[in-house]
Amino acid sequence: MKEIKFVLNGKEVSVKADPLKRLLDVLREDKKMTGVKEGCGEGECGACAVLKDGVLVNSCMIPLGAAEGSEIITPEGIRDTEKGKCIIDAFGTAGAVQCGFCTPGMMMATDALLTQNKKPSVDEIREALSGNLCRCTGYDLIVKGVQIASERGKDLW
Amino acid sequence: MGSNIALKEDDIKGVKMAAKISIPVLRIDAREKAGGWTHYIADYEFDNLQHGRFLRSERARAKIIEIRKPDFPEGYYYIDASDIPPGGKNNIQMIKDDWRVFADGDVRYIGETIALILGPEKQIVLDLLNQIEVVYEDLVPSFTFQDALSCKGGAIHGTDNIFAEFLLNIGDVDNAFPGAVRVVEGVYETGFQEHLYMETQGIVATWEDEKITLYASSQCPFYIRKSVAGTLGVPLGDIRVKQAATGGAFGGKEHFPDVIATPLAVAVNKIKKPVAMIFDRIEDISFTCKRHPGRISIKTGLDRDNNIVAMEIDTLVNGGAYESSTPIVLQRAIIHGLGVYRIPNARIHGRAVATNTFPSDAYRGFGAPQGLFAIEMHMSHIADEIGMPVSQFKRKHFIKTGDITITNAKMHDDVKLPGMLAKIEEMSDYSEKVKKYEDDPLRGIGLSFVNHGGGFTGNGEQAVIKGVVKMKRLEDGKAGLYVSVVEMGQGLQTALRKIASKELELDYLDIVYDNPDTDIVPDSGPTCASRSTMVVGFLVQECAKKLKIKWDEGVGAEAEHVYTHPEEFVWEQETLQGDAYPSYGWGVNVVEVELDPFTYEVKTTGVWAVWDVGVTIDETIMQGQSSGGVIQALGYASIEKCELKNGAFMQRTMADYTIPTSLDFPEVHTVFIDNPYKYGPSGAKGAGELVFDAAPPAYAEAVQNAIGKRIYEIPVTPEMIMEALR
Repeated sequence: MKEIKFVLNGKEVSVKADPLKRLLDVLREDKKMTGVKEGCGEGECGACAVLKDGVLVNSCMIPLGAAEGSEIITPEGIRDTEKGKCIIDAFGTAGAVQCGFCTPGMMMATDALLTQNKKPSVDEIREALSGNLCRCTGYDLIVKGVQIASERGKDLW
Repeated sequence: MGSNIALKEDDIKGVKMAAKISIPVLRIDAREKAGGWTHYIADYEFDNLQHGRFLRSERARAKIIEIRKPDFPEGYYYIDASDIPPGGKNNIQMIKDDWRVFADGDVRYIGETIALILGPEKQIVLDLLNQIEVVYEDLVPSFTFQDALSCKGGAIHGTDNIFAEFLLNIGDVDNAFPGAVRVVEGVYETGFQEHLYMETQGIVATWEDEKITLYASSQCPFYIRKSVAGTLGVPLGDIRVKQAATGGAFGGKEHFPDVIATPLAVAVNKIKKPVAMIFDRIEDISFTCKRHPGRISIKTGLDRDNNIVAMEIDTLVNGGAYESSTPIVLQRAIIHGLGVYRIPNARIHGRAVATNTFPSDAYRGFGAPQGLFAIEMHMSHIADEIGMPVSQFKRKHFIKTGDITITNAKMHDDVKLPGMLAKIEEMSDYSEKVKKYEDDPLRGIGLSFVNHGGGFTGNGEQAVIKGVVKMKRLEDGKAGLYVSVVEMGQGLQTALRKIASKELELDYLDIVYDNPDTDIVPDSGPTCASRSTMVVGFLVQECAKKLKIKWDEGVGAEAEHVYTHPEEFVWEQETLQGDAYPSYGWGVNVVEVELDPFTYEVKTTGVWAVWDVGVTIDETIMQGQSSGGVIQALGYASIEKCELKNGAFMQRTMADYTIPTSLDFPEVHTVFIDNPYKYGPSGAKGAGELVFDAAPPAYAEAVQNAIGKRIYEIPVTPEMIMEALR
């Protein structure tokens, strides 16, 4: 057991746990942030995606110890911001949401992309979403959702 | 436009956008899901929650000699068949009840549930599980079609390993074959497919208000209720099932949740505490049902004018160790066996066999994709043999309204395939590309046609399901909708609201629909068989009309509507004769590919789809179904390899069972044509499975067109292509 400090959605937090505990479990179990989903537990699917110091990572692959001193943003930290609302609304308009299990992770991937590239091409969007698996949509309408977010949110990112 | 396709004015009549109801609305669940507010079963919180894990068979077929258990600490339990209460049964009530809740005395497949280990700490449960030693005496297992048919090791099921056997016949095949001037034969094989819904299987069973209550990621809450009540030997009303938001299902959460729910309920019945069973991904891939592998042999006779005069089909599907829904999957596979073609003399023999593999079960398409892959590839092989363009040969044999189907009924649908072909030609430039790629060793294009019967096969809707829906006037001008069909991603919550609100002249947001709770909603049947919009949606439409009449009675006014089968559709279940489905969805796909000459990897460069689903209830939702269905099917056709080794699936993780990413396939260009069905809500027909059916043969045809060698099997892997080109 070790006390690990990091910044979670803008607030400093301290977690006393095994430093090898998965960040995913810390977020879901200790912090009740269930917007972070477990899809595979092996870094393949992106359902548990969060931002670590601005970089899109799979929280199932990050031991708590590696989060020490970093800034973590989960879907809970983004969904009520202007950027978050923009992505959520754009996904709604596009019809990007089906079962919804991958979608919070898709929102995180979209934010990470638009932060780097305000006006991505379709190919760049597909590349940026390629670490987030979706079994329902075939991706077309998610790609469209990202395009709509990029257009509507051109002053946000 | 391709030179060999004559475009007539009649052909494109009806190729236009659909009704007002098709205008997209914001999906009711979009915002909550996108932001991560929606709670799936793993997000629920329960006081005093116990965690369960299954002790599973490590052998495909063996006697259990002894189970050596460590001492269990206080509060930890080992639950097995001996815990089923008197009056209950160690069987899961599905269609049959041959699947056991707990293996008892012997095991029949790797992963079979032997016991449930549970307690408050996950890690201690795992430690206990690891300390249990099962002593087996191995028996001779049977895995392949050949093993099954020769009853290797003795029959697993009955005396002959045959779960189901059917024979369909039209015309006079035996007299027709001698008149053929040419005979073409082929054997077509399809593999297992894992559903890979993004949310794994999960159920929490609780003891609430002196009642076992289950919260489940599920397609069919009433199926769970039936199976649990049967296992415990209690009246149906003693069990309550509440559907949790379900993160994808595709058939994988139709019957399989019963396999989790029944042991959990046995445990809760004993300890009266809530127990959770949430699969991790490895467990989910390794130990859940897959799509039935198929082996379909087709022999076709042609006359001098290259008309098909006779066809004989032999269909085998692998059902695994228990029956589950296998006979009905087989029925659908053979009833779709002739695809969209009019064959005057045809015979289809279908058998579903038992093996010591994980039981196969429902997967989007439910047998039709296997049958349709075979017939589509076979038609392309005949065209190749006689040197006729594939599109021309297929078109020449299109079934028409009034033609006889394989179950000796008239095709009632207004078949618009010629117009749909014309449309996809215009979109994809198919025929021009066929010519262009003739001498190109790396590029190819494929064209497929399919139909898919909506609703349960035969008399399922009227004799078995008898769906009921209810509606009620609520406060504030809202209306409550009570149905048992679920939202699992397909957009049903939104579609049913649109259907009800149209009749009641309300805003769709004023229709109140909660995830089904078996104590509250009537049984409108399961969420499967492309029936929820077409069949239940129609009940909702009719129910809403009744409520509209009673609306002025004020708050509390209620209406109910029960399924009645349209009289013009007749079916005889014993002989499988008559109208197998009241209507069909129809589809045409074109897939274009490019081969890497060094790695033999195939890149898909274009995908087009034209669908007749009657009328779309929401154009955007249906676009999502089309893209999603087609891409899932392209995965099945290309990269989703799932193999058995000594009865265990070799692919266990998402790293080795790969599904399409956003980079693997391009955009699916989709068009819907308008062809209203009179017993569908606003004219809608079944759609959810149809959109899966067409892409696999189109993809395989594209690859064979590129490499100039016939393809008989999916998934088409680079290894297969390398072998073919050697």
